[in-house]
Amino acid sequence: MAAVHGDVHGHGHDDHHPTGIMRWVTTTNHKDIGSMYLWFSLTMFFTGGFLAMGIRAELFQPGIQILEPELFNSFTTLHGLIMVFGAIMPAFVGFANWQIPMMVGAPDMAFARMNNWSFWLLIPAALLLVSSFFVPGGAAAGGWTFYPPLSAQGGLGVDMMLFAVHILGASSIMGAINIITTVLNMRAPGMTLMKMPMFVWTWLITAYLLVLAMPVLAGVVTMLITDRHFGTSFFNAAGGGDPVLFQHIFWFFGHPEVYIMILPAFGIVSEIIPTFSRKPLFGYSSMVYATASIAILSCIVWAHHMFTAGMPTVGQLFFMYATMLIAVPTAVKVFNWTATMWKGEMTFETPMLFAIGFIFLFVIGGFSGVICAIVPIDIQVQDTYYVIAHFHYVLVSGALFALFGGAYYWLPKWTGHMYDETLGKWHFWLSMIFFNMAFFVQHFLGLAGMPRRIPDYALQFADFNMISSIGAFGFGLTQLLFVYIVIKCIRSKEPAPEKPWDGAKTLEWTHLPTPAPYHSFETPPVVK
Amino acid sequence: MRNKSVATLAGVTALALYSSMALGSKYNFQEPQSVIAQDIYDQHMMLLWICLAIFVTVFGIMFYSILKHRKSVGHKAANFHHSTTAEVIWTVIPCLILIVMAWPATKTVIAMKDTSSPDMTIKATGYQWMWGYDYLQGEGEGISFYSKLSTPRAQLENKEPKGEHYLLEVDNHVVVPVGKKVRMILTANDVIHAWWVPALGVKQDAIPGFIRDSWFTADTPGIYRGQCAELCGKDHGYMPIVVEVLDEEAYSEWAAEKLASMKKDSVNLASVATEVAGDAEAADAAEKDSENN
Repeated sequence: MAAVHGDVHGHGHDDHHPTGIMRWVTTTNHKDIGSMYLWFSLTMFFTGGFLAMGIRAELFQPGIQILEPELFNSFTTLHGLIMVFGAIMPAFVGFANWQIPMMVGAPDMAFARMNNWSFWLLIPAALLLVSSFFVPGGAAAGGWTFYPPLSAQGGLGVDMMLFAVHILGASSIMGAINIITTVLNMRAPGMTLMKMPMFVWTWLITAYLLVLAMPVLAGVVTMLITDRHFGTSFFNAAGGGDPVLFQHIFWFFGHPEVYIMILPAFGIVSEIIPTFSRKPLFGYSSMVYATASIAILSCIVWAHHMFTAGMPTVGQLFFMYATMLIAVPTAVKVFNWTATMWKGEMTFETPMLFAIGFIFLFVIGGFSGVICAIVPIDIQVQDTYYVIAHFHYVLVSGALFALFGGAYYWLPKWTGHMYDETLGKWHFWLSMIFFNMAFFVQHFLGLAGMPRRIPDYALQFADFNMISSIGAFGFGLTQLLFVYIVIKCIRSKEPAPEKPWDGAKTLEWTHLPTPAPYHSFETPPVVK
Repeated sequence: MRNKSVATLAGVTALALYSSMALGSKYNFQEPQSVIAQDIYDQHMMLLWICLAIFVTVFGIMFYSILKHRKSVGHKAANFHHSTTAEVIWTVIPCLILIVMAWPATKTVIAMKDTSSPDMTIKATGYQWMWGYDYLQGEGEGISFYSKLSTPRAQLENKEPKGEHYLLEVDNHVVVPVGKKVRMILTANDVIHAWWVPALGVKQDAIPGFIRDSWFTADTPGIYRGQCAELCGKDHGYMPIVVEVLDEEAYSEWAAEKLASMKKDSVNLASVATEVAGDAEAADAAEKDSENN
């Protein structure tokens, strides 16, 4: 941040923005807002992480030790909501804010004031979520998917959660509109759509998914609120409604949401792998088409979350086949990354390590995804620890590892300083080991029959739960190292080289100084 | 000749690996006790091996590249970046593999959805936090009871050593005869629950105000344990399911005894009778419903 400050004065333009706290409250600068998004998501990451530590501490041994069942359910519910809506999504929007204008050769985002508003909406939402623990009745405890009728039972905490989800959804829609407009209208001359960096492509497609999915979430949340308070019966069978209707609408949002959290990660990895292989991305156009195919398919697979809710045979078969099809474009991506690395000139700095770690572990999550798609097998593993393992492989070692890789990759550009390479590698290897320790064993717990969302378990699950908890504690502690590395990098006195990665080909590395100036491109570069 | 022996060797190795995983591993699916559970078990093993083979191939290639094509060993970057042939090949191959996976799964889905002509029908109702069972049709018709966790509270609170079936034991088992097709009708009284017995390959949500069904035929007598598999509030972790499979004679004895003991309680009788009548109607409605499906 200090670097950005310094540069403002260096530029000496008419930047009559306030100083101190008001600078951040009123800022319309994509870099300031990007930084705020990133710090916000890091804060929420540790909040959600704290809840995860509570969950794993309770599950360390059979029996009830530290969390009573109701509080345990609140912990799992808020862990999910905070990580999805507070940590992963805002982190990707933070990356979009920082990177998209620089990568397409624009001075800033298209709607600078809306950008400010969509960030500041996050704060009240986060406060509502966190403070709901302290209201009478406690925080929402019906799972992050808040299925009724269970979610109709809670108290004020549930309403605070629903309101928070509403606000977060509105913020996401604004962010998405901003990104679509920026990408479609503010590209440098010569940068056709098929010349855009993959990160920009994946975000463009993600933004369309957000515009599609978020209003659906808003709808279902509103219906739930009116069911709770205004006597409607959308989801109440006694009044002619259907609890399963909620699940259909929720997952119509929820499944695109899964890809909203992973497509930008694909984009980041598609920037890192070519840079450190010193070779262009293999199969660029097929990568674009694969991303688009994943996005389209993601809209017609929602009911695979509901195979045990009961649906006609034809329905089960349709959703099984459609879900399995997603494996194809995803496999194409993995093959393209491998082909990019093939006969390259690879070096293994921290961003590359995280990118390779991402591919390695994401593929495991992809395989367990295919297994979950098979209806008969899903009947056994649905709502067990197998599913927990599956989506942590795609969300933690998927989305989160890509975010870490991206952070290390662009930190020199953002701050003007180099991060500590040795510590970065420590961060990677410790994360890798502890992550697998925490989550690999959960596959076996699920297969053997341990349901998810239970505070206590039968004795045959004890040994693997203990291993998983130790891994989770290790993983949690390791992330403190990341904070230390980032702060050390920002405070460092040594300037980073103009272009620390010799293989980098995108505009922010080739056309902008390090650190990047406050207004990225005042005159657009010409892309050949 | 050589091909044949290689094939045999591969087959034997695969079988040995397969059975080593199947035998007594408490971290795989529970030992299947019904046709459907067996299908699920076999398909999972098949998929696991396919996934493992793909994983080893893809990352074998990637790690070879990581070892050989690195700057530190002096490798110079090539500059190829496109090949339509390669793209087509690695799009088609996954499609073919998926067809191999989907074929047996489709057959099992059709089989598991076929709840027609059962030998007996049992309705399970989820409550916060226990199960209620009503035997609606077949031998034992009219039996009705609740089934609650029987693990003492002191064990949960770590005041007593935990028993062998900690959290997986109930006061009244659901008793069924071996080798008979049992149709389970699921509903709930308050929130959504899910009735899950892994060894029998059944998991079905129990939805308040709606009726869903599923079926199983138990292969061997024994006691099979499961749990509620849909978050249903505070005591979601404390509503297990225990199915006791008896041979036919023992089942008849149990059913007669259970019905007799229920008759003794004459106060209860009237209410049970009306409930059964209501439930029979519900069962008919469900039958029509699943036919529509």
